Amino acid sequence: MNRPEKLIVDGRRLDGRAPDEMRSLKIVAGPLQRADGSAYVELGNNKVLAAVYGPREMHPKHEAEPDHCILRCRYMMAPFSVEERKRPGPDRRSMEISKVIREALEPVLFLEYYPRAVIDVFVEVLQADAGTRTAGINAAAVALADAGIPMKDLVSSIAVGKVDGTVVLDLTKMEDQFGETDMPVAMIARRKEITLLQMDGHFTEEEFRHALDLAFRGCEKVYEAQRQALKEKYMVR
Amino acid sequence: MEVISRIRRDYILHLLQQGKRVDGRAFDQFRTVTVEKGLIKTANGSAMVKIGGTQVMAGVKIEKGEPFPDQPEEGILVVNAELLPLASPTFEPGPPSEEAIELARVVDRGIRESKCIELEKMAITPGEEVWTVFIDIYVLDHDGNLIDASALAALSALIDTKPPADEAWKLPGFSLRKFPVAVTLAKINGQLLVDPCLEEEQVMDARLTMTFTEDGALCAMQKGGSGSLTREDVERAFRMARQKSEELRRLAGGP
Repeated sequence: MNRPEKLIVDGRRLDGRAPDEMRSLKIVAGPLQRADGSAYVELGNNKVLAAVYGPREMHPKHEAEPDHCILRCRYMMAPFSVEERKRPGPDRRSMEISKVIREALEPVLFLEYYPRAVIDVFVEVLQADAGTRTAGINAAAVALADAGIPMKDLVSSIAVGKVDGTVVLDLTKMEDQFGETDMPVAMIARRKEITLLQMDGHFTEEEFRHALDLAFRGCEKVYEAQRQALKEKYMVR
Repeated sequence: MEVISRIRRDYILHLLQQGKRVDGRAFDQFRTVTVEKGLIKTANGSAMVKIGGTQVMAGVKIEKGEPFPDQPEEGILVVNAELLPLASPTFEPGPPSEEAIELARVVDRGIRESKCIELEKMAITPGEEVWTVFIDIYVLDHDGNLIDASALAALSALIDTKPPADEAWKLPGFSLRKFPVAVTLAKINGQLLVDPCLEEEQVMDARLTMTFTEDGALCAMQKGGSGSLTREDVERAFRMARQKSEELRRLAGGP
């Protein structure tokens, strides 16, 4: 992929979006049969599946905790999900992302309800186009709800960033690679509590504030789509 | 995992309610920070940073290596962190833990995204050979806030770095364009405090690390822990961390 001359032309991004516009978002609750809960998310060209198993007995046993349940997250990218084949198996990036996804979800769970148990969340990226961790969190939250696990609320996530000096919502791979900044955010949308916050690149204080504004609005949209997906599956007609 | 007794936890939380920290510091006060540079003769650059009881050593080695195919003319930066078993009863030998990987990647991000190292000038034979800058972080004693200590040790070691004695080194020396400094705040019961000590880390709900360059711009950020942050927390943390980053940068010998 070569860098295009400009990433923003006449106030529009290369895919025609306005700076504060999200890619198309499709969420399906419960696409998998065997899992206790599952969800499928398409965010632009990202395709991500999440499955939840549990609460179930912890193996290995010594990792169980006597006073609460362990949330175990595994984020993985399929070898065919990126331009150049990715070697299968965990790497440093996926281990870090697994950790921050877990920490993004933990605040909405009642882990003290299930001592000695584990809730497994598997996030599989089938096709990647920047924002896979945010799509993964959106899928995982819906999958947890689909599994019937008590939650305070859903967790909604979106990335913001800066390309060609403009703060934008929901970066594509091209914008992530050739832009200046990427900042994934996850939050409990109704309570406006941030549960994931990472950033790399360059932000001044004003840009950072503007980016937070965009992220808040983006997460609200995601939250609506997540609720809609659960309603689709569970609403009595 | 670190364990803390309930009575100790209650005591720390109770003190915080009265506006006091367990070691008597103000909420925006670091423990004593010391930076010693150039301790290791076999490294191109090295530094030992102590923040209270936490001790972290960083060593820089510059060696020839193969470039990445998509960036044939760029030098390579590798940041690795070792949580040595001698540093804490909870650190075990073996492959790097999630915690060690996150630590290395947060430090890496601050250095990489600030563009402080002139990696794009470090080609030897484009496409074949480039310089690789290895930053190895050695955690020797874990008394909390490993991220800030490690990031400061890495920056200090880079400031201390002399170029390799090799004809292939074409740059005039080894200089830094920017001086990234990480500052971590812990959120405990809704209160924000800088430089959490080990006990504070054990009771904290969440932490936020922000890395600033000397022009006051943010270049990297990482939230950790299973709690959440409000927008007010984040904006307050931004100002506290930016101010503290200036103090730490001077200790490292930066501008």
